Amino acid sequence: MSNNNASSKKKVTSTDEFIKGLWKDNPVFVQVLGMCPVLAVSNTAQNALAMGLATAFVLLMSNILVSLLRNFVPKQVRIASYILIIATFVTVTDYAIQAISVELHKSLGAFISLIVVNCLILSRAEAFASKNNVSKSIFDALGMGLGFTFALFCLGAVREILGNGSIFNIALFSEGFQSWIVMILPAGGFFTLAIWLLIINGIQTRKTKS
Amino acid sequence: MNTESLGTIFLNACLVNNFVLAYFLGICPFLGVSGKMETATKMGGAVMFVMLISSMCAYGIHAFLVSIGAPFLQLISYIVVIASTVQLVEMFIKKISPSLFRSLGIFLPLITTNCAILGVALFQTNKEYGFLESIVYALGAGAGFTLALILIAGLREQLEFAEVPKISKGTALTLFIAGILSLCFMGFAGLGG
Repeated sequence: MSNNNASSKKKVTSTDEFIKGLWKDNPVFVQVLGMCPVLAVSNTAQNALAMGLATAFVLLMSNILVSLLRNFVPKQVRIASYILIIATFVTVTDYAIQAISVELHKSLGAFISLIVVNCLILSRAEAFASKNNVSKSIFDALGMGLGFTFALFCLGAVREILGNGSIFNIALFSEGFQSWIVMILPAGGFFTLAIWLLIINGIQTRKTKS
Repeated sequence: MNTESLGTIFLNACLVNNFVLAYFLGICPFLGVSGKMETATKMGGAVMFVMLISSMCAYGIHAFLVSIGAPFLQLISYIVVIASTVQLVEMFIKKISPSLFRSLGIFLPLITTNCAILGVALFQTNKEYGFLESIVYALGAGAGFTLALILIAGLREQLEFAEVPKISKGTALTLFIAGILSLCFMGFAGLGG
């Protein structure tokens, strides 16, 4: 959120808003927001991708609506109204996924409903969409949403490859591959994310040094 | 209808399927306020209280929504109940202990977006628990959350002065500890059926 204040002093183009969500302010790797779905449904690449896209959709719609309503909503009840907006779109997404694929809906379980309480969406509504116009908010939501999906996919792919020896249900290794069961278990989620954070931190430190 | 005994429900929610370490619910406050033992304990208490109230309300709301045939309003009504309970707790804490209010900071209003609380409400609906079972489930989940929070706060306090590589300071280290704790909690599997 402090990044927003810093960047608003300079002239910021829409492309910058888009790019920052992908890498510099990546919601998962840098801001560490919205961790619950990140860890919970990233056990396969497919789940991770579906969850990421669902979240990105809700983020986009809620950012648009919050930005449109930013001059009408009284300050005191803004958080409550943001949450109502988000909850509406999550309900829509929930029913849409159920209509598209019952199987996917089952494997994601209650975590689709739990998008409501994803701190990432609320923090974008509060820190960005409520202060900026619609087009900027759309780019912000797209960048953040894609960044989130990208991070989820990074986790899901690693966990599926190591834990199951496959990606998108396509086997990668020969019969002799001993899969790392721990990667599919909850503990694997924590470890994988920790290692990704280490890698990103390492790259970041090297960059600032040089 | 469910046939689990109340004790089993409590153990399941608290240890076997610990909300933080097995379901990954409530990770944000888990990473955010687990730096100090004292704050962690009080945060756990506040979350447990909100969980209990919202679980009771969720039971009533669900029954009502089913009776009027509008289950699609479930999510919206749950979140409104949770948000108002959190508001209540916030005013209460501000009144009786301003210092605690300051130390919890932004994480107090953020209890609203604590997935563990909404998670309890949603899971109990999915599992079709009765009123008493819902209360026990919420208590178990709250106890489990507090337990995980206190455990990790203790470990982090110990590690504060340990020499770790610079890049692993902060979140990454906490996640490693959480991973190891999660492995430990797998030892409870099978307990309580």
